Amino acid sequence: MDGYFGSYLLVAALLAIGVAIVAGALLANRLLRPSRPTPEKLTTYECGVDPVGEGWAQSQVRYYVFTYLYVVFAVDAVFLFPWATVFDAPGYGVATLAEMFVFLGFIALGILYAWRKRVLSWT
Amino acid sequence: MLDVVLSLVVILAVFLVLPLVVGQAEHKVMAHMQSRLGPMYAGRFHGWAQLIADGVKFAQKEDVVPAAADRRVFMIAPGVALVPYLVVLIVIPIDRGAVAVDLDLGLFFVLAVMGVGVLGSVMAGWASANKYSLLGGMRVAAQLMSYELPLVLAASSVAMAAGTLSLPGIVEAWQWWWLPWQAVGGVVFFVAGLAELRRPPFDMPVAESEIIMGPLTEYTGMRFALFMLTEYVGIVVLSFLTTVLFLGGWHGPLLPGWIWTLVKVFALAFVVIWLRVSYPRLREDQLQKLAWAGLVPLALLQLAITGVVKVLT
Repeated sequence: MDGYFGSYLLVAALLAIGVAIVAGALLANRLLRPSRPTPEKLTTYECGVDPVGEGWAQSQVRYYVFTYLYVVFAVDAVFLFPWATVFDAPGYGVATLAEMFVFLGFIALGILYAWRKRVLSWT
Repeated sequence: MLDVVLSLVVILAVFLVLPLVVGQAEHKVMAHMQSRLGPMYAGRFHGWAQLIADGVKFAQKEDVVPAAADRRVFMIAPGVALVPYLVVLIVIPIDRGAVAVDLDLGLFFVLAVMGVGVLGSVMAGWASANKYSLLGGMRVAAQLMSYELPLVLAASSVAMAAGTLSLPGIVEAWQWWWLPWQAVGGVVFFVAGLAELRRPPFDMPVAESEIIMGPLTEYTGMRFALFMLTEYVGIVVLSFLTTVLFLGGWHGPLLPGWIWTLVKVFALAFVVIWLRVSYPRLREDQLQKLAWAGLVPLALLQLAITGVVKVLT
């Protein structure tokens, strides 16, 4: 349990315990439950009427713009973490602070652009 | 070895007991806020055993997998949703020195693992082969992407303030004047976390009046119960994280540290329930607008404040 990867061993152990809990709950369920499937019971639920077409139906996805926005910003945000722990270290100070404002400026500009393109309001 | 086993036992106790306490508190608090009694029968005394009775009922229910569903993905989705919240608990300190593993990138680990949990709902939404589930799954995905960013930015503001990513290290560095200093970030983190959990008023993905139960529409029995448990474990984890990052964890006068942690966690869980009773559901576009035009700029402002104060002092 020592060393850098030793601590991740414990994380892996807890992951295994979590999987065991879920498997145990489902196993208990399997032992206790009835199983009487009928074709009606296994149809897709659409408020009680027969389903129309198939479930993976086409619809207008208006969210794809947010995906673009997210990809742009999340990739930037990952770089924040290593920077955040050292930006105040001796010898950095004002220079890194100025860099931070450049970074914030870029992100703010991105949001401003999305705003001007009217992707944030639908009505 | 013994203390490792002990810490795992404590984590499992937190994982299995606190969500039930929060769930029961939700039953009773909501009821009294709405001038009703809530569960009163199970266990005789004010319905304290209601959730245990629910669990027994769920364990006996038939497991219906729709014929049209993508069977295997449908069946593992509840596990994918639930297990990450258990794994996250391993890095959360309850008292000084009382943490199972002090990972040096703890905060990063937490955000990454919680990101996996949300895949469970997306998987459920897709695999159900149901139009309502699919719509709900889309909304889940959109909501999670929009609110992940303010969550990450607010969390990194604390990392800047403390100069470390280790959660015990952050609490160790915490001082009382961080409360006003990090207040904006704290609110942004908590609100974005609520949205990640899809708790009301951010429950558009499961809006029962229009898309039945969103990704959970086709789920029955134990698998549905696991999704419900996920929601309440999520409340516990969010309350713990907000406590540790923004409210100073174990810091507090007189009482022992772990009691302070639990007091703060329960206070936040109460706020989560309170918000559910108080606010109507946000419409989908209002939801997106709140994230991008409200929370993200506020989080950026918090980063600027943190950076300036930290460098100048």
